[in-house]
Amino acid sequence: MGIYAFRLPDIGEGVVEGEVVEWMVTIGQEVKEDDAILSVMTDKATVEIPSPADGKVISRKGEPGDIIAVGQICIEFEVEGKGNATEAESPAAETKVESKDEIKEAPAVVPEPKEEAKTETIVPVSNAVKGERKLASPAVRRRARESGIDLVGVAGSGPAGRITHSDLDSWKEAGSPVAAAGPNRSQKSGTIEIPVIGLRKRIAESMTASYTTIPHFSYFEEVDVTELESLRQHLNANRAAGMPKLTYLPFIMQALVKALKERPECNALYDDENMVVTRHEAIHLGIATQTERGLYVPVVKHVEAQDIWQTAEEMGRVTQATRDGKAGIEDLSGSTFTITSLGRMGGLGATPIINKPEVGILGVHNAKDSAVVIDGQIVIRRIMRLSSSWDHRVVDGFDGASCVQVLKGLLEHPATIFM
Amino acid sequence: MSKKCQVLVVGAGPGGYVAAIRAGQLGLKTIIVEGEKAGGTCLIRGCIPSKALIHAANRFHALAEHAKSDGHMGITIPGPAELNMAATIGWKEDIVDKLNKGVEHLLKAAGVELIQGWAEFMDAKTVKVGKEVIEAEHVILANGSVPIELPFMKYSGNVISSREALNLEQVPEHLVVVGGGYIGLELGITFRLLGSEVTILEALDSVLPIFDKELRRPLEITLKKLKIKVETGVFAKGVEEVEGRTKVFYISKDAAEDAEPLELIADKVLVTVGRKPTSQGLEPTGVVLDERGFVKVDQKCQTNMSGVFAIGDVCDAGEMLAHVASHQGEMVAEIIAGHDRIYDPVAVPAIVFTEPEIVSVGLSPDQATEAGHPIIVGKFPIGANGRALTQNAEKLGGFVRVVAREDDHRILGIQAVGAHISELVGEWTLALEMGALLEDVAATIHAHPTMTEMTHEAVLATLGHAIHSV
Repeated sequence: MGIYAFRLPDIGEGVVEGEVVEWMVTIGQEVKEDDAILSVMTDKATVEIPSPADGKVISRKGEPGDIIAVGQICIEFEVEGKGNATEAESPAAETKVESKDEIKEAPAVVPEPKEEAKTETIVPVSNAVKGERKLASPAVRRRARESGIDLVGVAGSGPAGRITHSDLDSWKEAGSPVAAAGPNRSQKSGTIEIPVIGLRKRIAESMTASYTTIPHFSYFEEVDVTELESLRQHLNANRAAGMPKLTYLPFIMQALVKALKERPECNALYDDENMVVTRHEAIHLGIATQTERGLYVPVVKHVEAQDIWQTAEEMGRVTQATRDGKAGIEDLSGSTFTITSLGRMGGLGATPIINKPEVGILGVHNAKDSAVVIDGQIVIRRIMRLSSSWDHRVVDGFDGASCVQVLKGLLEHPATIFM
Repeated sequence: MSKKCQVLVVGAGPGGYVAAIRAGQLGLKTIIVEGEKAGGTCLIRGCIPSKALIHAANRFHALAEHAKSDGHMGITIPGPAELNMAATIGWKEDIVDKLNKGVEHLLKAAGVELIQGWAEFMDAKTVKVGKEVIEAEHVILANGSVPIELPFMKYSGNVISSREALNLEQVPEHLVVVGGGYIGLELGITFRLLGSEVTILEALDSVLPIFDKELRRPLEITLKKLKIKVETGVFAKGVEEVEGRTKVFYISKDAAEDAEPLELIADKVLVTVGRKPTSQGLEPTGVVLDERGFVKVDQKCQTNMSGVFAIGDVCDAGEMLAHVASHQGEMVAEIIAGHDRIYDPVAVPAIVFTEPEIVSVGLSPDQATEAGHPIIVGKFPIGANGRALTQNAEKLGGFVRVVAREDDHRILGIQAVGAHISELVGEWTLALEMGALLEDVAATIHAHPTMTEMTHEAVLATLGHAIHSV
C-alpha cells in the first residue's frame, strides 16, 4: 500500500488556480481511475477533474468556495503498490489552502439556497383555469405553477407550440409580471439567502475589478438599418440549405472587422500593471451570453478571416455550447473586443462594463420602426441603437466615437461592409 | 382524551393510502381510518381480485386446448383440466392478503397510524372511531364507492354485486349479468371461461357504449365465439326466487306497454350497473355534494370546507379509477404540506380487461373531430406483430390506433384492442403528457421483439409509411 498525492493539474492555458465547486468523492470512498472526483471553476470554465488512479480517498483539500492553486496537492489516495508521495508531502504536511476566510469547519457540500417562506393566503376561493390549456410537459406545468406563471401567457418554442423549460426561463428573464392579479393573491414574508459562490462570485469579482479600475465613458448612437434589414431578409430568403438564419449580429461583427481595422486602438488589450497596450491584428469577438448558470463570454475567433455565414455559424456554435455548459476554455477565452446584445429587451441605452483587459465593448439594442425626419419629411425607418463603453485611460473620446461612427456608416450602407 | 393529528385520511383505498403515505413522507402527523382491510375496493374486491380470476379463467380455458388429441402447440395433457373454484378463490385471497399486508407495511414505514374502524364525523375536522375521538387539522375524504343497487333487484341471495361475484366458491351454471359495462363484461367473460353459461342484459344498443364501434368489434366477435348471449336494448324488471334458482324478468325497449316481460332462469344474477360514491354520513362535515352524491371539489380537490379535501371515487373530479385516486391522493398530501399543485392531467388511461383487452387514452377520432381538430389516423394490426404471434395474442384480433393533428402532428389519442395490449399504455400516456409529436415516437427505437413495436408501427402508419403493414 502506498499513498498517491494528486496535484491540481494544469487545466488550461494561463490558468493558475481554481475554485472548488463540488467534490464528487468523500474520504474513505473507493474510486476508479477516470472517475470524476472534483469540479473546479477557473476564470474561464468549470472543469471536472478525473481520478488519476484506482484507490481509496484518504484526504481532500479545500471545500466548495476555496481556491486551490495549480500544482497544489488536492487529494490523496491509498493505492496498491508504492504510490508517489514522499514523506514530506504525506497527509497533513501540505494542507495550505488559500481561502477568503480562515479555514473553519467548512460545510461538506455547497450550501443550498435557504428558503424560509411563509404564506398567508387571504382569498382561498376557487382555482378556475384561465382560458385554454397550453401544450407543456408535466414537469414544465409543475414548475410554472410553483413559479406562479400562468402558461396561457407564455409562448412555446417547441414543436407544435410546446412550452419548454427554456421558454419559462426566457419568460422569467423578460421580467414578465409573475402571477399578477391572480385569484390567489397572498401576502408573502419569506426570504431567500443565496450564497455568492462559484460563477456568481467570479462575475462579481471581475465586474468590480473592471468597474473600479477602468474609467469608463459611454457613447450612444442611432443607426438606420433599413437597408441592412432588407439585405438580411434577402439573404435569409435565398440562403443555401443548411445555412444558419442571419440575425443582425453577424453583420455587426463583420462591420466591426472593418471599423476596428480603421481604429486599431480600439481592438487592444491594456495590461495596466505593466502599462502596455497591445493592439491585435486578429479580431476575436466575445459574445456576452446569458446562461442558466450565469453570464459567460464565448469567443468567435478570427472574424477577420470569416465570411458572414461562417461568422453566423461559429457564433451559433460557441453560444450554444456555452448555454449547454459544454464550451471549453478555448471557446471562452482570448477575446479582443466584446459585444453584448441587449436585443430582445430593447431599451433606450445602457452602459456596458468593459471585459477587462479589453478597452471597449459594444451594446446592441433591438431594431424597430421609428419616425425619422429626412429632407423635411417624416418617414418611417428601421432604427437600431448602439451603446458603447470605452477605457478612457487608453481610448480617447474621439477614438471611441470615431469607431462607432465608422461602424454606423458601414451598417447604414451595408454593401460597404463587404467591399 | 382525543387524539390529534395534522392529516386524517378516511378510507385506505388506492386514493387514501397513497395520500397517507405521501403525507407521512412529508413529515405530517397522519392517521388513516379504514373500516375493512387496507387496500380498498381496488386491492380487496375490485381490480386485483378480478384480474386474478381473469388470469385463472384464461389458464383453465387454455388447458382445454391441450386436452385434445392433437394438443395446441404440440402440448397434450391426458384429460380435461379440473377446476376447484374454492381453491382458485383461495389463491386469489393469498394475492389480496399479500397486497393488504404490503399496504399496511408501507403505511407503517411512512410513520402513518392505521386505525381500524368506521369513521363517524362529529364535525368537519373531528371524527369518532369506536370510542376514540380524532381531531385533525386537515381531512382527506377517500371514502370510495359501492356498486349501485337496483331497487327492484336488491342484493341478496342469488342477486349479487361484483364483490360477491369475486368470492363465488362454485361456478354458477347460468350467470345473468345485468349491465354490459366494463365490470359486467370482464366478469361475464371470466365466468364463461370457467364454464358458466352467460347472458348479458344491456339497456343501450351495444355493450361498452363508451368505446367506438371499431374498438368494440374484436370484443363482440369474442363474445360470439364464446357463445355469450348478449341482449341489447332491454331493461331488467325484477327477480323471483324459484326453487333455489332465480327468475329474471326483463323487457325490450321496443315492447308494447302492456307486453308480458321476457324471462330467464339464472343461478346467479350479477348486477353491474355502475358505482356510486360512499358519501352518506358526511352531513356533519358540511361538505357540499352534487346531485349524484359526489363531493364537490375544485382543481386542488379542496371541498367547500377549508382544510377538507376529497379524492378518488367519492369526489366529482376525474374518472372513478384507482389511478386517478392515487394521483389525487399524492397531490393533496403535497398541497397540505404547502406545495402548489392542481389536478391537471392531459390524459387518463382507461382499460377494460376483457378478452381481448380494450385500452384508450386521449381523444378517439370522433372526439378529436368533434373538438375541432383536423386529424390523421393510423392503425397497425396485432396479427402483424411477431411478439404477439409468439404468445397467441393475435388470436382474438386487434390493433393499435393513433390519432394525431394533421397540421402539427401532435398526438391526440391512442386506442387499442388486443390480448395483453394494456401493458403498452404507459408509453402512450407519457407521449400525451409530454405533448409528443408523431415524429417523436417515430424516432424512438422500440425494442424487438416486443408488442411495443406496434406503437411505433401505428405511428409510422399515421405518417403514411409503416414498415410491417401495407
